[in-house]
Amino acid sequence: MSLASRVGLRLEPRVENPRWMNWAVPVCSFLAALLVGAVVLLITSQNPISVYSRILERGFLDSGSLSGTFISATPLLFTGLCAAVAFKVGFFNIGGEGQFYVGAIFASGIALALGADAQSWIAVGAMVLAGAVGGALWAFIPGILRAYFRTNEIITSLMLNYVAGIGATYLIFESNSFWRELSGTGAVFPKGKIIPLSAQWPSFDLGSLVVPFGLLLGAVVAIWLHVLQRRTRFGYEMRVVGGAPSTARYAGMRPARVIVAVATLSGALAGLGGAADVGNFRHVLDPKGLQQSGFGYAGIVVAALARLNPIAVVFVSIILGGITNAGYALQGPDFPAGLVGTLEGLILFCTLGGEVLVRYRIVSLRRQGVPA
Amino acid sequence: MSVNSNLLVIIFASAIFYGTPLVFAAVGELLAERSGVINLGVEGMMLLGAVSAAMVAANVDGPAAVVLPVALVAAMVAAGLGAAIHAFLVVTLRVNQIISGLALTIFAGAAGLSSYLANVWGLGKQPAMNQFGRMDLFGLKKFPVLGPILFDQTLLTYLSWVLVVLVMVYLFRTRMGLHLRAVGESPQTADSVGVSVTRYRYGHVIAGGMLAGVAGACYSLTIVPTWANGLTAGEGWIALALVIFGFWRPDLTLVGAYLFGALSSLSFTLQARGIDVPTAFLDALPYLATIVVLVIVSNSRISKRLGSPAALGRPYEREER
Repeated sequence: MSLASRVGLRLEPRVENPRWMNWAVPVCSFLAALLVGAVVLLITSQNPISVYSRILERGFLDSGSLSGTFISATPLLFTGLCAAVAFKVGFFNIGGEGQFYVGAIFASGIALALGADAQSWIAVGAMVLAGAVGGALWAFIPGILRAYFRTNEIITSLMLNYVAGIGATYLIFESNSFWRELSGTGAVFPKGKIIPLSAQWPSFDLGSLVVPFGLLLGAVVAIWLHVLQRRTRFGYEMRVVGGAPSTARYAGMRPARVIVAVATLSGALAGLGGAADVGNFRHVLDPKGLQQSGFGYAGIVVAALARLNPIAVVFVSIILGGITNAGYALQGPDFPAGLVGTLEGLILFCTLGGEVLVRYRIVSLRRQGVPA
Repeated sequence: MSVNSNLLVIIFASAIFYGTPLVFAAVGELLAERSGVINLGVEGMMLLGAVSAAMVAANVDGPAAVVLPVALVAAMVAAGLGAAIHAFLVVTLRVNQIISGLALTIFAGAAGLSSYLANVWGLGKQPAMNQFGRMDLFGLKKFPVLGPILFDQTLLTYLSWVLVVLVMVYLFRTRMGLHLRAVGESPQTADSVGVSVTRYRYGHVIAGGMLAGVAGACYSLTIVPTWANGLTAGEGWIALALVIFGFWRPDLTLVGAYLFGALSSLSFTLQARGIDVPTAFLDALPYLATIVVLVIVSNSRISKRLGSPAALGRPYEREER
């Protein structure tokens, strides 16, 4: 007897889904998460109203805050797409974090290699390509292992996150690599070489709002993915493999190939995020900064909130980007680090719980006349 | 130089020392998975346990014999509560187990609640006042070779051995253990003979979480022993791999835990000896080895016979009509 049935309630699969629930449930879940978050804040003697109003101000309302939010949203957009595409076919790629690092390593590497004389559009294009290739290679490993060696991709992709983090740290802190600044203060305090000005990604000034090129690129990629999933043969195969792998096999598809292709695509998206982070924001390979921000893991939250829909990922990434950005801006004794992750986790829990309302009706057993 | 300072002896001894949290975490996860619930929140629950234990150790004055048990209980309660959230979502609400577990790790993990609580409680400034020190068991510490390996460990290690024996007996020699395995293999069958699938799943997911809490406490009370964000460094994920490596058996899981304990300690052991090896490679070794071992295990012939519980990852929906 389940907990729900003991209190006289039962979950019953819905026959039809009212359309309004598709937006009402996520919104209510979000509000519920804020409510639970308020309880956590109260228990730890923080004032929830002031915390939330400051997140709202520093993330969205203050002048210039939205531009900062866009910068935080850009990596989340790409890692969100990375998780959304992969989860949709049942490939649980939680290696977005490592694929993001490798993308950043490749993109900063190519930018440094091309040097200051390269034309800007060539340098930026090369970074986009290099980032995608780097991330794709890193995701190819768990993809192949899952498709042909039946190895759990959750654990392999996650282990590779740590390996990528150690690799990036090695390049800057433990070796005299090509990425490391060896002259000036870099000789004393290890840090990466700054990429040349021509390789730094443009931003578009719309009056008071600055939109980074990476965000636009991400939005275009999201639309492309939407079309890919809905309008192409490959998209159809992805849906069948994700829904029923054995059906796919009977229909003459090759699930293993689809899985490897999706894994690679998913990694390329995260790698693009790494390139965008270097190009638009950091301008340098910064292993510590990369590992502290945890964009790859947050991307899973973004994808889950967006219910794995690429277009929704764009909007969710801006909302979570705002919270992240406020977290950076406010960090201090009365806005402790870790609060952002806690809130993200709560939002995710509540959304998962809310999904149940979309799929099931809660039926009172007493009203039905069934003895509880 | 005595035989007890031989490099191999030191590697074996530190394999057990560093493998101990893995034993707790992996055996805990094994209990949950035996009931048919996979919990990817191990890393998050370990960090909740670690931060709660560190809080008690830093703030409660008193003799170690009182403070340390209280710290362990705090760790178990905190991580058990985390596991209860997962259990509610996946057992009662039948949410996807993978996503719910990931949510737990994101919620509680290195950038989440554990680091928030550490900041609010002001941890991490000084080492824990009370720690689990090494205990010379039966006065055999000086015994050649085996002394430092087996008899100079912390109380937590000795407890982990008791745990492995108890769980072995529980799983394979008791009626409840039999019911548990039935719930994980075929919940319909278990339900039809009157075993409550819900109760077994809740119970074992929460018990598994409490053990993950102890695993976390191993870090904040012995291995590190202070607070640092994300101090478990992904060992929770290695624990998940160990369950697969150990074919869902506590004894084999213990062997795996010590293998990985050896790998994670290799970098300081060798450096302490002045042996020059690239640290980046040694640091990456446990993670790379996990991948290699996982590939081998999931393709071995034994895994077909000793595979995962058949109902692992699937919500149980009773046919009501």
